[in-house]
Amino acid sequence: MTVIIDKDKCVGCNLCVSACPFAAIDMVNGVAVINDQCTLCGACIEMCSVTAIYRDDEVEGDECSPQSYKGVWVFAEQRQGKMLSIAYELLGEGKKLASSLGVPLSAVLIGANVTEMAKDLYAYGADTVYLVEDKELELYRTESYTAAFVGLAKKYMPEIILMGATNIGRDLAPRVAGRLVTGLTADCTELGIDLEERILLQTRPAFGGNLMATILCPVHRPQMATVRPGVMKKTSPDYGRTGNLVREAYHSRDVKVRTRVREIVKEMGKVVNLEDAKVVVCGGRGIGSAAGFALLEKLAQKLGGVVGASRGAVDAGWLSSGHQVGQTGKTVHPKLYIACGISGAIQHVAGMQGSKMIVAINKNPAAPIFKVADYGIVGDVHQVLPLLIAALEENTTRGAD
Amino acid sequence: MKIVVCIKQVPNTTEVKFDPKTGTLIREGLPTIINPEDKNALEEALAIAAPLGGQVTVISMGPAQADYALRETLAMGAHEAVLLSDRAFAGADTWATSYALAKAIEKHGEFSLIFCGRQAIDGDTAQVGPELAEHLDIPHVTYVRRIVSLDEKYVVVERALEDGYEVVESTLPALLTTLKELNVPRYPSASGIVTAFDEKKVAVWTAETVGADPAKIGLKGSPTQVKRTFTPSVKGTGKILTGTHKEAVQQLVQELRAKHVV
Repeated sequence: MTVIIDKDKCVGCNLCVSACPFAAIDMVNGVAVINDQCTLCGACIEMCSVTAIYRDDEVEGDECSPQSYKGVWVFAEQRQGKMLSIAYELLGEGKKLASSLGVPLSAVLIGANVTEMAKDLYAYGADTVYLVEDKELELYRTESYTAAFVGLAKKYMPEIILMGATNIGRDLAPRVAGRLVTGLTADCTELGIDLEERILLQTRPAFGGNLMATILCPVHRPQMATVRPGVMKKTSPDYGRTGNLVREAYHSRDVKVRTRVREIVKEMGKVVNLEDAKVVVCGGRGIGSAAGFALLEKLAQKLGGVVGASRGAVDAGWLSSGHQVGQTGKTVHPKLYIACGISGAIQHVAGMQGSKMIVAINKNPAAPIFKVADYGIVGDVHQVLPLLIAALEENTTRGAD
Repeated sequence: MKIVVCIKQVPNTTEVKFDPKTGTLIREGLPTIINPEDKNALEEALAIAAPLGGQVTVISMGPAQADYALRETLAMGAHEAVLLSDRAFAGADTWATSYALAKAIEKHGEFSLIFCGRQAIDGDTAQVGPELAEHLDIPHVTYVRRIVSLDEKYVVVERALEDGYEVVESTLPALLTTLKELNVPRYPSASGIVTAFDEKKVAVWTAETVGADPAKIGLKGSPTQVKRTFTPSVKGTGKILTGTHKEAVQQLVQELRAKHVV
């Protein structure tokens, strides 16, 4: 597959040159020419006003036959016997994909003494639970989980596998994809099905969140994607639902595991439940200091919310990275998001644009955050926030009637 | 001890600007840098190698321009640098990239550790490290925030989790992916810069040099393909509340209450 420019059609308008995110098009004697930087992203194709650019869609033959793979799988990630919310979020999304394909939805549960958790997976939409249980699998280790997962996938051949983009999912997924010789798309924000081709459309931020890209895995199977926590919605559980349990043995003697977990340490204060928060009060560089976050904390408490931070504020050391909202932090969708002293770089917006209502406070009227906000106040946060806290207090007192 | 570090030259995506009229990316003058977490990877390798008299080799797959990034790593103290560059590698996704790097590392020979940055800022996938370890059939540990100990047979590290960390022990050889918390990368020294740019050589290897299977590299060897890219849509501009700060705040609280948000 290549991107081709029809020299006779090209009018040398330069539109494609500025559309290309990778500096892959040069103007040579008034005609656009593609150079080695091309990643075949197709940004130029959409931009060309004279349809001089097209893609040669010839796909090389492959030994894989996609049609023999059926079903949607979700990795049900549990840690120390506790299911992660991402598993239910993936089941919610997986259900939609499975229904449009007309196939069952399955969850893959790996661990020790975890059989009981299958009923939760049925309740959240799984038709089948593939269970690999062994005391060797009590703690996540890359090689043991990869072996268990790959064994299942090779035997039952799902067409789609979704995993959470957690610190464990992002460790496991590439290892599994590497072994299955298939494609993997990280951190998808939108998934859909091209029904005609029976292909998963995987949309994710690219180029540091400055672009969105839709990725396909046309001939290799399964099609694998990770999704960050908080991006997809879980459905409400139905404990009347039940499903089919498929138990697979784990043959520890056949698996080479060269790592060992010596200890797991929880760090208090590191867990900030931003993903589930109803209200997020988020601060950026405009807060100016770690002490400045006290005001945000006060406002968050008043509203029953939690405090988040932009990358700038985390990099400055004012709050720990567990608070970070954005492309490299967490994705949030509260009913109210208050951005304080945040300019609104696209990487930040990527993590909060799903909020129901966005309020922005920034002293720079040209700050991009005002473009995504429902309400904006132009002013210094140090002056505006105390007024806002006071006004909310007044309202609470009055609201008692 | 022989250590390999994989780096990527990336556009500095934090400095991307958009043309306000057309809404397209302005790429002119966008500087390229060594991917930040790859610098942490290199720093850790250099710090480990120094007292042991170890050898640090940096490998990058990329276009000819990536030579500059590799020279920067030589200036920081890397002993040798290899640029894996071939038109045939173009369009590679993470699977095909990690395959090509694996072939280069196999050609380079024996090693005890491979360091990679956790993820690159232009793709944010965090997949090349683990996929590379899979191709080489060695263990890997991702999200490394501290090296606890290292001897001839084992490395013990702290691996970051969302709510803390785990202490993981791995046999060698192993691949580790590094977080920025791991260290503060050094600056190149003045004499380092001079030797790196005037005297030292960056070896250039092609697909043929490393004996890569043409069916497994570049676009042809990539299971995934980019169907299209587009600029993310942004919500329309909201309402700017005017007046004094106090009036603006009053309006805001009224709106929030009217919409039952608070």
